[in-house]
Amino acid sequence: MSLNQLTIHDAADGIANAAFSSQELLEAVHRQIARVDDTVQAYHTVLTDPAKTSVLSDKAGSLLQGIPLGVKDNICTEGVVTTCGSKMLENFVPPYNATVMTRLEEHGAVLVGKTNMDEFAMGSSTEHSAFQPTRNPWDLGRIPGGSSGGSAAAVAAHECIAALGSDTGGSIRQPAACCGVVGMKPTYGRVSRYGLIAYASSLDQIGPLTKDVTDAAIMLEAIAGHDPKDSTSATIPVPTIVKALHRDMSEIRIGIPDEYFAEGLDSDVNDGVRAALQVLISRGAKPQAVSLLTTPYGIATYYLIATAEASSNLARYDGVKYGYRSSQSQDLLEMYCQTRKEGFGRETQRRIMLGTYALSAGYYDAYYGKAQQAREMIRSDFETAFQEVDVIVTPTMPTPAFRLGEKTDDPVQMYLSDIYTISANLGGFPAISIPCAMSRDGLPIGMQIMGRWFDELTLLQVAFAFEQETDWHLKRAPISEDSNG
Amino acid sequence: MSAYEAVIGLEVHAQLRTRSKLFCGCSTAFGAESNTQTCPVCLGLPGVLPALNTMAIEMAIRAGLALNCTITVPNQFARKNYFYPDLPKGYQISQFDLPICQNGWVEIDEEGAMHRVRIRRAHLEEDAGKNIHQVGGGVSFVDVNRCGMPLLEIVTEPDLRSSDGAVAYLKTLKDILMYLDVCDGNMEEGSLRCEPNISLKLKGQDLLGTKVELKNINSFKFVKHALDYEIQRQESVLVDGGTINQETRSWDAEQGVSVMMRSKEEAHDYRYFPEPDLMPIEISASWVNTLRLSLPELAKAKRERFVAEYGLPPYDADLLSSSRPLSDYFEACVEGFPNPKTVSNWIMGELLHALKNDNCKVVDSPMKPDRLVALMKLVDDQVISLTTAREVFLDLFRAQQMPEDFIRERGLMQISDDSALDALIDEVVHKHPKQCAEYRSGKDNLLGFFVGQVMKVSKGKANPQKVNTLIRQRLMNENVQS
Repeated sequence: MSLNQLTIHDAADGIANAAFSSQELLEAVHRQIARVDDTVQAYHTVLTDPAKTSVLSDKAGSLLQGIPLGVKDNICTEGVVTTCGSKMLENFVPPYNATVMTRLEEHGAVLVGKTNMDEFAMGSSTEHSAFQPTRNPWDLGRIPGGSSGGSAAAVAAHECIAALGSDTGGSIRQPAACCGVVGMKPTYGRVSRYGLIAYASSLDQIGPLTKDVTDAAIMLEAIAGHDPKDSTSATIPVPTIVKALHRDMSEIRIGIPDEYFAEGLDSDVNDGVRAALQVLISRGAKPQAVSLLTTPYGIATYYLIATAEASSNLARYDGVKYGYRSSQSQDLLEMYCQTRKEGFGRETQRRIMLGTYALSAGYYDAYYGKAQQAREMIRSDFETAFQEVDVIVTPTMPTPAFRLGEKTDDPVQMYLSDIYTISANLGGFPAISIPCAMSRDGLPIGMQIMGRWFDELTLLQVAFAFEQETDWHLKRAPISEDSNG
Repeated sequence: MSAYEAVIGLEVHAQLRTRSKLFCGCSTAFGAESNTQTCPVCLGLPGVLPALNTMAIEMAIRAGLALNCTITVPNQFARKNYFYPDLPKGYQISQFDLPICQNGWVEIDEEGAMHRVRIRRAHLEEDAGKNIHQVGGGVSFVDVNRCGMPLLEIVTEPDLRSSDGAVAYLKTLKDILMYLDVCDGNMEEGSLRCEPNISLKLKGQDLLGTKVELKNINSFKFVKHALDYEIQRQESVLVDGGTINQETRSWDAEQGVSVMMRSKEEAHDYRYFPEPDLMPIEISASWVNTLRLSLPELAKAKRERFVAEYGLPPYDADLLSSSRPLSDYFEACVEGFPNPKTVSNWIMGELLHALKNDNCKVVDSPMKPDRLVALMKLVDDQVISLTTAREVFLDLFRAQQMPEDFIRERGLMQISDDSALDALIDEVVHKHPKQCAEYRSGKDNLLGFFVGQVMKVSKGKANPQKVNTLIRQRLMNENVQS
């Protein structure tokens, strides 16, 4: 097995035992990028400057010491171009690090490159990147999911050991499911958003994409915790997670909502997730039907709130101070209009228009105001459910990865691929997607586990218990295998 | 007599005197080189987040309490969305439906009558930057130093009826904010900016006219000019049978006219919504109470106390309470020299004159209360004459010396010694035999002439009371002798 195929904890063991050096690990990752990334196109920027990529920190003790990571291109990296998948920021080099980058650097992790994404994290397929689509390592004709498709594909193709993504409506979990990796959205407020280029501020959350559950726990422990630079980051202490993953499943009550196994769910996904549930039940977990009646309102609620916030968050890209500026303008108004017309892609423009409309005088109450009420109902629906169960288990995505181009002309069909992931963002609670089955076409299927606010530990324990019984997380995408051995 | 009455409301933007900006650590110092007081946060770079300055919250609460407002708990920030080059994020973080302060009032003196002006709300917001346009056009620059400066926007109900009332309100408000030390009150540097709205209604009727907003007024003087102009403009439109358009007008101080900026139809839709990057602000009752107890005595209360406690005439009390540094100075002097009226006379006369002469603020006065107290004591003890003290005040004010030393070095001590004074009186009496004779024959009012002559000969240093007594005795005695 090549070094780049290792998990964080195995690689950390290898480095600690001097079986190999972190430099050799990094070189293996670079070889894999050189071999497959022209095809997968997971990265937008690969750092080849030795000064930036060499392992600088000697701070021992962290499992992340010397571990090469991919980072989604909407997380600001000091001195490294951060495009957010947009022509608007094609040449933007942040003068500062996101808080998560500072924390990972303190742990000695190594930035390999910036991963491709849907422009401004708006999309479910990474086809809305202004630069290139990313391909699914399991089937190059299919999408890797989105918007963190580059991070998910990079992990699945072993072009890094682990990666960071961001999740606004499923953008970590949905690509994790598509690419057969683990993806976690922490509780809103668990991880600092400082330095994450905002799409929808009240929904965005940074989280890990990894090869297994233990790695997700390692990454979460490293990046979680209060940050005075982010007023929405919680002061609730982060518990020990990595060393607490073993849990007796007979203490766990699993909620199974009918609404998430309804019409439109692919039969392979249905069968795969139900079989996975049986694994947990066989370990002693107690299944229980829960009702989440607000489920049908999720998509509409999400697309009003997220676009409203986006319309404001993206106002700063006006051509005045940084980023793209159109050369085709004679006056201020024209500069604004042309810059934003040329700098933003179609999907981004569509969402800015939607959000502007939702906040307009005379429409605010009917759209944004109503959506806030619906959001509160959805949150309260889950609060009630979590009084009876410890976690809720559902499919991550209604289907396995779809084909490139299949939904690009039908935004509503594209939006529906987030139907099972959106509630966790609207409600703010944590959720994880883990590989739990394969479709008849040989595509990964993801199982979503949702948990109580700030109780990432329980859902990681459930995910870990499942992983102990199965080997779905050990399956490798065909392209990731080094033919040279 | 006009058939119309003006209805005026004021929006005042007061810059709070915090050391750092509202949402980042950048300095708020005025006058720095363009774009030197900036950071990723106030530049609105991608990915940054605001972190609230607690000192601004505290100052806003203090101002709200002094303006008799209710403190809103929780209050909340909201985004006001519009595009402009001086607004890096494309939105201003302000407050909308949950402002930090609501429903207050201030009492003002409008044309001799006290009345209340209701405060509708006071909310926190960040300032925008400045666009700088090159003369001749073609190129524009943006200075973002001012971006993120903390502002408290204080909005009245339309309770004012005249330009004088508006100015009286502004003066009262400025006094309060300066007393609280939450705003430096400097209109020229933009620390206090005023935007009136104004309409006319027929006297005795309740129906309000269409209101016009005025912008770009940068001193109290212009507030009065602009309002008077606008009242006249609206009245002449109405008298001619026209209608007032709801619009925003800009005051052109050079031309002395207001000009249309934008009509109601061109008004922005700001698409306010709650700022998702900042949590609603919870304020504990105990914090509000602590701040309430720490409020200083304000000008009006102080004025009344100065009359009652020190027996000062209302004019003196009004002037001495007009600013906190001045009233503090006064009270520090009274503590060392418990004759309030004398202290008041010295401050209102010599001290303020000297400060004005040297363009100096009270707090920066080279003459601290201890030196003024020492001077007043020297006069009181007749070590130096009042006349001399007044004459040398400006030099003493500028000198870094205690008055005793100053007087000694310059030989300014008052002459109170009988034999020295007798010698001076001899000289005068012998010089003016004619007047002596007249005095003795009953022209008593010549006494002043002799005293004046002695003062002149002594170069003002003779003790006038003693001179008075001694001359009277001398002339009487000589009268008996002759």
